[in-house]
Amino acid sequence: MSEGRSDTVSVVERTRILAAGGVVIAAHFLGRMAAFVLAEEALLLTAPRGEPKIVAVHGGVILASAVDDTRIVTGGDDGKVVETDVSGESRTFATDPKHRWIDHVALGPDNAVAWSAGKTAFVQGKELRQYEAPSTVGGLTFLPKGFRLAIAHYNGATLWFPNAAGSTPEKLDWKGSHLGVTASTDGRFIVTTMQEPMLHGWRIVDRQHMRMSGYSSRVTSLGWTADGDWLATSGASQLILWPFQGKDGPMGKQPRLLAPSEHRIGVVACHPKQSVIAAGYTNGLLLLIRIDDGAEILAKKPGDAPVTALAWSADGMLLAWGTESGEAGIVDLA
Amino acid sequence: MPEAPQNEKVQEKAQEKVPVTVLTGYLGAGKTTLLNRILSEPHGKKYAVIVNEFGEIGIDNDLVVGADEEVFEMNNGCICCTVRGDLVRILDGLMRRKGKFDAIIVETTGLADPAPVAQTFFIDENVGKKTRLDAVVTVADAKWLNDRLKDAPEAKNQIAFADVILINKTDLVSPEELDDVVARIRGINPYARLHKTERAKIPLHEVLGRNAFDLDRILDIEPSFLEAEDHGHDHAHDHHHGHGHDHHDHEHGHSHAHSHAGLKHYHDEEMQSISLKTDKPLDPDKFFPWVQDLVQKEGPSILRCKGILAFKNDDERFVFQGVHMILDGDHQRPWKKDEKRESRIVFIGRNLPGKKITEGFESCIA
Repeated sequence: MSEGRSDTVSVVERTRILAAGGVVIAAHFLGRMAAFVLAEEALLLTAPRGEPKIVAVHGGVILASAVDDTRIVTGGDDGKVVETDVSGESRTFATDPKHRWIDHVALGPDNAVAWSAGKTAFVQGKELRQYEAPSTVGGLTFLPKGFRLAIAHYNGATLWFPNAAGSTPEKLDWKGSHLGVTASTDGRFIVTTMQEPMLHGWRIVDRQHMRMSGYSSRVTSLGWTADGDWLATSGASQLILWPFQGKDGPMGKQPRLLAPSEHRIGVVACHPKQSVIAAGYTNGLLLLIRIDDGAEILAKKPGDAPVTALAWSADGMLLAWGTESGEAGIVDLA
Repeated sequence: MPEAPQNEKVQEKAQEKVPVTVLTGYLGAGKTTLLNRILSEPHGKKYAVIVNEFGEIGIDNDLVVGADEEVFEMNNGCICCTVRGDLVRILDGLMRRKGKFDAIIVETTGLADPAPVAQTFFIDENVGKKTRLDAVVTVADAKWLNDRLKDAPEAKNQIAFADVILINKTDLVSPEELDDVVARIRGINPYARLHKTERAKIPLHEVLGRNAFDLDRILDIEPSFLEAEDHGHDHAHDHHHGHGHDHHDHEHGHSHAHSHAGLKHYHDEEMQSISLKTDKPLDPDKFFPWVQDLVQKEGPSILRCKGILAFKNDDERFVFQGVHMILDGDHQRPWKKDEKRESRIVFIGRNLPGKKITEGFESCIA
């Protein structure tokens, strides 16, 4: 297989290229409006054929972002949580009283927003709740069912019902530093990314452990396929997919390995409807990979910088990507 | 324009990495005084400063980030493989501000162990890609260091680990007391650059831009008794203690005259350095398994090690360094024609098994 994938079917010509004006750390869609999150200060919003618009959201570095149907929420080193709507209107949602960095944000049911600063996790639902984690929060995610937040930290993760006053948060223990967290689409499994090049998982009902290793670097990007059957991961020079179809998840099973390369995958995004993964490599290559047969479609040729951001529109017709050198693109598959 | 040779490109890249200086020192030694002095010099540079969140004294700088000093063990079964998780997070955040500062200074608390800070740069790929550890600078209190070396293991760690040591508050002690402190420090760490200061007054270039962890510059491997202004060295020919363990192993390989009349030479009972050398070429197939095995077994007691090696049938110098169990090494450059092909290796650590290390090293001779 040639590294440039020159013989691969290509959708590169369907791409609109943009200059983002800075390192792109994340991409999102609000409907058909693409939003590129820059490393410093601003978002770049653009419709597929519209005029790009820069929206200043933070007075410094942007550390985290998340999206729901109506808004993008960002956290910055200015100690602010900012929400921005599709028109580019932004407002400060919360300010940390001590102006600590807002390291993580997550969005939940009923317009709830969660964020963390140092060891403290906050949830703003109907009321503001907060939880002191045993150490600095490494990641946040809402579970798909109920109003429950998963918090990654050193030596494990904590499951917390913010509205159940007086209830004891549930601890999931595993030694080491957990730097990101995700919940399976059926809510039965929690998976964390670790400082070591591995993932750790728990089946919540019996806290059964799952160790998922074999990576060449830290896993920084995760995604669940639309049917919830697979967890797609970055961190290796091929796409590693862990099977979650059965009641035991990936326990005792081998991952599926697709699209090998000389370069590592730095970011993944699962198609919202089909069993297709977009995978961005550190050499700038972007492939669409079909899980069933491993078929590949070239979405971006290798370039001068790693792909650092990927997002699908909800209908799966648009794919936004961004790179470390500030290049951005929108691939229109319609 | 013609393409630059590959190695030049690599070097350029290394230069782009933001240098990080770690300031350590026991409580009250003068770390913050030194920090504020660095920041207030008319150097025209911008620094990002990472301080302990609970620090009391104000730091006069635009960019100050509070850290938690959260140390965690890597999940690899090694208890000495510890990392500062908060530094991973903060450095990652800081490095998103491209080009807004020239260097980063990390001030640790008085009780901090410098090893997890250093190991963070070896273990975290993202940190190692964008920043480089420049040097560990330790500030010591001339009046109180000797007491702290007796009752505070942290203070001894900080001295043993340092690349640069400031003996501060020298105006508060007599010349004899100062000589005593120097000798005590040299008994633990003969390799650090030693400076005597009042109110942490020191030229900036002695503290910043040291490249102490740069493999290309592992040249300061000679004990500092070769420096004119400093007198201490790592020999133990004047015993101020009565214990009986074998402390002569670390004398191996040295042949200079013991002629520092009137100066004290201490051997620390717990923390020592071992310096070994040979002019016979080493066998890499023996050396690497030996040194790997050594740091696996003795990692917790080895604070730092470094070496320049001459391998059999190899025209390039090999250099390496290590912190506890973590080793980093590479071929550096061809041996020069007039250069003596000699292998030198240095360990600083706690209760090091000197005989075992010496015999092991000698068994690596090709």
